[in-house]
Amino acid sequence: MMGYVLEVKNVDKYYGNKSNLTKAISGISFNVEYGEFVGIMGASGSGKTTLLNCISTIDRVTAGEILIDHQDVTKLKGNSLNKFRREKLGFIFQDFNLLDTLTAYENIALALTIQKVNANEIDKRVQEVAEKLEITDILQKYPYQISGGQKQRVASCRAIITNPKIVLADEPTGALDSKSARQLLEAFESLNQKLGATILMVTHDAFTASYADRIIFIKDGKIFNELIKGNDTRKQFFEKIIEVQTLLGGDLNDVI
Amino acid sequence: MLFKLSVKNMKKSIKDYAIYFLTLVLGVAIFYMFNSLDSQQAMLEVSESTRDLIELMINMLGVISVFIAIILGFLIVYANNFLINRRKKEFGIYMTLGMGRRQISKIILLETILVGFLSLIVGLFVGVFASQFMSILVAKLFEADMTEYTFVFSMNSCIKTCVYFAIMYLAVMIFNTLTISRYKLINLLTATKKNEKIRIKNPIVSVIILIIAVCILGYAYWKVTAGISNLNTIEKMLGPIIMGIIGTVLVFWSLSGFILKMIQSRKKTYLKGTNMFVLRQLNNKINTTVVSMSVICLMLFVTITVLSSSLSLKNTMSKDLEEMTPADLNLYKTANLPESYENYYTGETVYYTDEQKEDSRNPVSYSLEYNGYDMNLLQDIVEIPIYAIPEWTWEVSLGDYFDTAKAQFAMLTYHMPETIIKISDYNKIAALYGNEQYSLADDEYMVLCDFDSMVELRNGGLKSGTIIEINGKKYHPKYEECKSGYIMMSTSHTNTGIVLVPDNFEFKDEWKEQYFLAANYNGKTEDEKEKIEETIVGNSSEWSQNILNKGIEIEGFTKISIIEASKGLSTIIVFIAIYLGIIFLIASSAILALKQLTESSDNKQRYTILRKIGCDEKMNNQALFRQIAIFFMLPLILAVIHSIFGIQFGLSAMASLASSEELLPSIIATIIIIGGIYGLYFLATYLGSKNIIKEEE
Repeated sequence: MMGYVLEVKNVDKYYGNKSNLTKAISGISFNVEYGEFVGIMGASGSGKTTLLNCISTIDRVTAGEILIDHQDVTKLKGNSLNKFRREKLGFIFQDFNLLDTLTAYENIALALTIQKVNANEIDKRVQEVAEKLEITDILQKYPYQISGGQKQRVASCRAIITNPKIVLADEPTGALDSKSARQLLEAFESLNQKLGATILMVTHDAFTASYADRIIFIKDGKIFNELIKGNDTRKQFFEKIIEVQTLLGGDLNDVI
Repeated sequence: MLFKLSVKNMKKSIKDYAIYFLTLVLGVAIFYMFNSLDSQQAMLEVSESTRDLIELMINMLGVISVFIAIILGFLIVYANNFLINRRKKEFGIYMTLGMGRRQISKIILLETILVGFLSLIVGLFVGVFASQFMSILVAKLFEADMTEYTFVFSMNSCIKTCVYFAIMYLAVMIFNTLTISRYKLINLLTATKKNEKIRIKNPIVSVIILIIAVCILGYAYWKVTAGISNLNTIEKMLGPIIMGIIGTVLVFWSLSGFILKMIQSRKKTYLKGTNMFVLRQLNNKINTTVVSMSVICLMLFVTITVLSSSLSLKNTMSKDLEEMTPADLNLYKTANLPESYENYYTGETVYYTDEQKEDSRNPVSYSLEYNGYDMNLLQDIVEIPIYAIPEWTWEVSLGDYFDTAKAQFAMLTYHMPETIIKISDYNKIAALYGNEQYSLADDEYMVLCDFDSMVELRNGGLKSGTIIEINGKKYHPKYEECKSGYIMMSTSHTNTGIVLVPDNFEFKDEWKEQYFLAANYNGKTEDEKEKIEETIVGNSSEWSQNILNKGIEIEGFTKISIIEASKGLSTIIVFIAIYLGIIFLIASSAILALKQLTESSDNKQRYTILRKIGCDEKMNNQALFRQIAIFFMLPLILAVIHSIFGIQFGLSAMASLASSEELLPSIIATIIIIGGIYGLYFLATYLGSKNIIKEEE
């Protein structure tokens, strides 16, 4: 693959008016390569969710550029923006966001039907993806009949079935118990490694983050640090993350 | 402070209030319109000769208005309850800020008063203008002269409307205060988090139930159309009605599952755009709305049927009337007045004057001529005496059948003497009317009767071959059943029985009961005839002054007065039907709309999810539109199917001869009324829901 799937260039995001300005993000720049699994970490209020919202086109930046698949999403408007979001992005949310009236199968298929994909192909693709995430046996069940981990895997299926350029995951393990969280993260790993899916994951949990290839730490709207897993084992990587987190959380300046 | 808050709240939730406001305004407008009928110009123009009927109509509308007010009252409380529920969280916040229940009650009280006041003004405004249009309808129904148009405002109706609605608002206030006083803070704050348990029905069961429902409905339809001849009592009519209700409920119970199953098997349709989502929404919600959907469907059915058959009632009644009024004039008076009679109320003995007694020994034409009436104004005059023989009573006529009859109709006055006419006298009248003439042998008699329940009774007597003995001569019935015929014109078939006897029947002079005269007016145009009518009916002419002074009583019917009276009667029915129909329509539309809005709050989450996975606003709105449209269309479609059979039944029950072409205008009018009101509610629901799902989290 050529270049980067995501290029964030000098992005600023301010809230409020001139007299009372809050800088949620100021001057953040980073790139994500094709097939990379990137984690974004930060305490609550650090601006990580704002950043994700800007990337996912839900929110608009104040300044700067965000290029996804070489296209500047900050310039997109109206229907082309919706189309872009439908076709190029996949979303995974903390609270699953599955439709309670639809079966797991239908929840996954819905992502394709709104893209007007041919009915026969929908069936084929849903089966394919479900198999990869090992949820074939719960496809006909309704969300209230399955566990949180299963729900999140259904949501993951829905996110990747459209073959998005990048999957954006917002605290995907936030509502899961540790066992389900581990299963889900393993599923992410296999999506990333076997299907070559690019994943950008926002989390504040070190264990969850340790599954990523690279972690960007954000503090007060700025990039604070970056960790690359490289050849480390996950355990080593996890310890490094904890170290950075300690730094992040207990800045000497704050403890006067 | 509280007032400010109330006004702000209203402004903020103006879209939530839309349905409530719409219902109030429509309710007020309709209420005003129908209660202002008496002062409408068209009514005044037409009513002179049918004042009594108009009065009757006003009285009936008054009684019905109370009933309507109760329906509207419930509806308003229901709609208001929806609003309160929507705002539970808001009240919860007020309470955490330290506001007491009384203050919250006060806020709501102020809001109710504000909305009530506003809707009353707008509703009256709409009502006053709409009633001008209704004048045109009135004029059409009464064929009144509307060349001189004036703007009408009915103060009476206005005051009545205000009073009734004030009472309704009072009920709402009491209800609100009660509701608020029962709230617990924790429930208020977490009110939005309640989730409805989703029940999924077995699709195969759905299909089977639907088939059963269709069979039940089909059988009920068959009963009210092809099998209508068997439906001659109320009890028998209950069958199809109950079947219709059960069928309707079952259809709604099973339909969504069936549709889902059907479309699911057509993958191309199911897996297209938001179809899947909309269908699931339908399937999910319809489970919990079976009862309300059924009620709405049945209400719509009643509305459609009543509106379209009553609007065509006027035509059919007029047609009947032409047949029932073959001559211009019927006059009759009592023959052989006795010396005196006892006043029924005071018990005094009243003596007749010589003039009265003299007059009563002569036919009607004598009274006319002798008192100076110009007989040239009349033509085709036929005069006959009507007899009554004290010993020939109904009981005698019924013979052996009397006991059976008595058991069946205990209340009839069987000791009443029969009305008896000579056959040749009757034939003279029949010739004038263009009715069938009969002949009798010397020892035969026959009975004319066209009042349905009496026909049944009399046929019993005739079938048993009752022999009548008068003056030592025996008479036996020529026919085993009553023949149709009458001598006095009326709005419908009300002849309870006339006995025809041979010409050589020997009547004693004291048996002469009445003198009867039938004639046509000697005029060619309607105008001329109406002028002649005035000479008979009016009090100003010389002869009428004369007979008034002498105390001679002549009664009668004229073609013109019968037609006018009947027009009044059919108009009463039409108006009451329209009144009730529209209120029913408003009620069912409002309930449906509020149900949808309540659900939209639940749906908000789902539409947010759709948006998150990439549906744009257009797709979302489309899905919402289809969802609401289906909810509005389903009961309407079933109601229309019901109505196709219901209208046919209604028409045949009214013995109407209306062809489909005559029905067309009234059906079009019905479509306009229903389309207008239903459409308005649909639109309000769609816009309201759109607003709800758009709200930020």
